[in-house]
Amino acid sequence: MITLNAVTKLYNEGRPNEFAALHEIDLTLARGAMSVLRGPSGSGKTTLLSILACMARPTSGRVSIDGEIVSGLPERFLTELRRTTFGFVFQRFNLVRGLTALENVMLPTVPLGADYGQTRDRAMARLEALGLADKAAMPIEHLSGGEAQRTAIARALINDPPILIADEPTANLDTALAEKFLAILAEERAAGRTVILTSHDPRIWEAEGVDRIVTLRDGRIVEGATGEGAITEGAV
Amino acid sequence: MMIWARRQRALADYTLAALSRRKGKNIALVAIFSLVVFALSSAMFFAAALRHETTQVLRNAPEIVVQKLIMGRQDLIPGDVVDTIAGFRGVTSAKGRLWGYYYDRIDGANYTVMVPDDPALIPAVGHVAVGEGVPRARGLAWEGAPLFLSRYEGDLKRFDVDRTFTRDSALMTADLVLMNPQDFRAFFDIPEGLYTDVVATVRNQNEVATIVTKASNALPQMRFVTRADIERTYQKLFDWREGLLVVLAGAGLLAFAIFAAEKASGLSAEEAREIGILKAVGWDTRDVIAMKMWEGGLVSLGAFLIGTVAGFAHVFLFDGALFAPVLRGWAVIYPDFALTPHIDGVQLMTLGLLTVVPYMAATVVPVWRTASGDPDAVMR
Ligand SMILES: Nc1ncnc2c1ncn2[C@@H]1O[C@H](COP(=O)(O)OP(=O)(O)OP(=O)(O)O)[C@@H](O)[C@H]1O
Ligand SMILES: [Mg+2]
Repeated sequence: MITLNAVTKLYNEGRPNEFAALHEIDLTLARGAMSVLRGPSGSGKTTLLSILACMARPTSGRVSIDGEIVSGLPERFLTELRRTTFGFVFQRFNLVRGLTALENVMLPTVPLGADYGQTRDRAMARLEALGLADKAAMPIEHLSGGEAQRTAIARALINDPPILIADEPTANLDTALAEKFLAILAEERAAGRTVILTSHDPRIWEAEGVDRIVTLRDGRIVEGATGEGAITEGAV
Repeated sequence: MMIWARRQRALADYTLAALSRRKGKNIALVAIFSLVVFALSSAMFFAAALRHETTQVLRNAPEIVVQKLIMGRQDLIPGDVVDTIAGFRGVTSAKGRLWGYYYDRIDGANYTVMVPDDPALIPAVGHVAVGEGVPRARGLAWEGAPLFLSRYEGDLKRFDVDRTFTRDSALMTADLVLMNPQDFRAFFDIPEGLYTDVVATVRNQNEVATIVTKASNALPQMRFVTRADIERTYQKLFDWREGLLVVLAGAGLLAFAIFAAEKASGLSAEEAREIGILKAVGWDTRDVIAMKMWEGGLVSLGAFLIGTVAGFAHVFLFDGALFAPVLRGWAVIYPDFALTPHIDGVQLMTLGLLTVVPYMAATVVPVWRTASGDPDAVMR
């Protein structure tokens, strides 16, 4: 269970350009479920994901994972959490330029001191599953948007994280690839992985396997806060 | 331990990939760094070698050298003057020497020709012993090659080379030709009983000044040169040149400081973003720093190595060719000499500490500052 209690995020706190991206968010997301955050651009979806995944700290409020409060932990522990708990597909992919697709996928394994050959095989398998076997040796900047996105997905899954987070994962994918990706997500969820997505894409809201839809607007949850909001409740 | 080593290996691998990915920038970096180290180490090697030569020269310098001056020029000294000097109170021995310079028209080099003080070193008639610079200058590579020297009359005289000195101090041996006194007199046309100068030893170092004062009064034509005088001359010569080298080294260090400060001033947006990404995918702040240490270490140690080896080659193999314009004054005294390789370990370590450490610090500090922030903030 991932729980946010009264989470507020201010950017540029105390400066004239201070901006509240999230207001007192209360939210609980179940383990093993697939949850989707939706809302207009700028509503705070990415910010919320960053806080969930311990990439950013809330200005106030608490984040807890399986009952343990993590929002106040020192950086060291947060690293550990990021490494062992979350796989994150970023909205802007955040791949390292100059490295190949394969090297990018292997990035999260470097500090683990894992066996290189085995890791490489695992990374290759991930890329293959996403139809990128022939792009593995290509520098990331030569990949198309969709290929880069799939590389980012492969990277998020390389360490087998219990929680997979994807920010607008289908934005650069055509229908066929988006469907393929959704099938992968459904598989992952069926295998017990927690999946948290944001999306503008109705294909995702309506996809099979989505358990929960949460709607954000202007940094507030306007629908689906308590989990009763089922898919049937319809669009925003 | 295994995990630690594997992790370091993985980080080092990543570093290598990172370095090769910014090849142009890193080559430029290593080039600048090596150049600075090259300038600094050349100056350092040169200064150390000069100082080493000085000690060698002084160690071998006689306590008192007596020259005869006529109209400000050196003249030959008759044997009875040697006896007079030996008779002064406090003087333990006085010996007439035979030595001079020989300008070799064939190769344009100057040799120092002398009859050695040590009787054991005196070659047989018709034979010479030479410093290694002589056959080198003449291009006489082969064993047993005779040395032909032309006399001032123009006729050639043949000498058999008994042996070649290897370097101890280049100043002392490289251009040296040792001769039998009989050959020396014949070759330079110096009558029996005359010497080029006289060396004297004293019983007590502290009495040198007194002895010289008295002797000067008794032999007003003679000039007495003490070891202290020689030391002063060398010191002047070396100080002036070392001063130049210090300026050069200072300029090098300054360049390096600017270079390091530029690096320390901050990371490029691209580098910061990369660090954010690494942290976001689970790298610890320590992992990021370790990776950057590898990077800084490979760059700085590599550049240090290249720079010092190039500096060493420059000074000792190419005789400090790039310093030649400022150091040409040497030719007046010891033409065409090569420095003896001499390395001051402490200096080398100092140079390493002065370059590698600040560079590593300049690399790591901004990384540490960036890497300790939240990945989200660093990445955006
Ligand atoms: N580092 C920052 N500094 C200042 N403002 C920020 C920063 N990051 C985000 N914001 C602002 O916070 C708000 C929420 O941003 P966020 O990226 O969470 O939106 P989003 O819902 O993901 O939008 P999109 O659908 O376009 O991705 C936006 O108005 C954005 O401009
Ligand atoms: Mg977003």
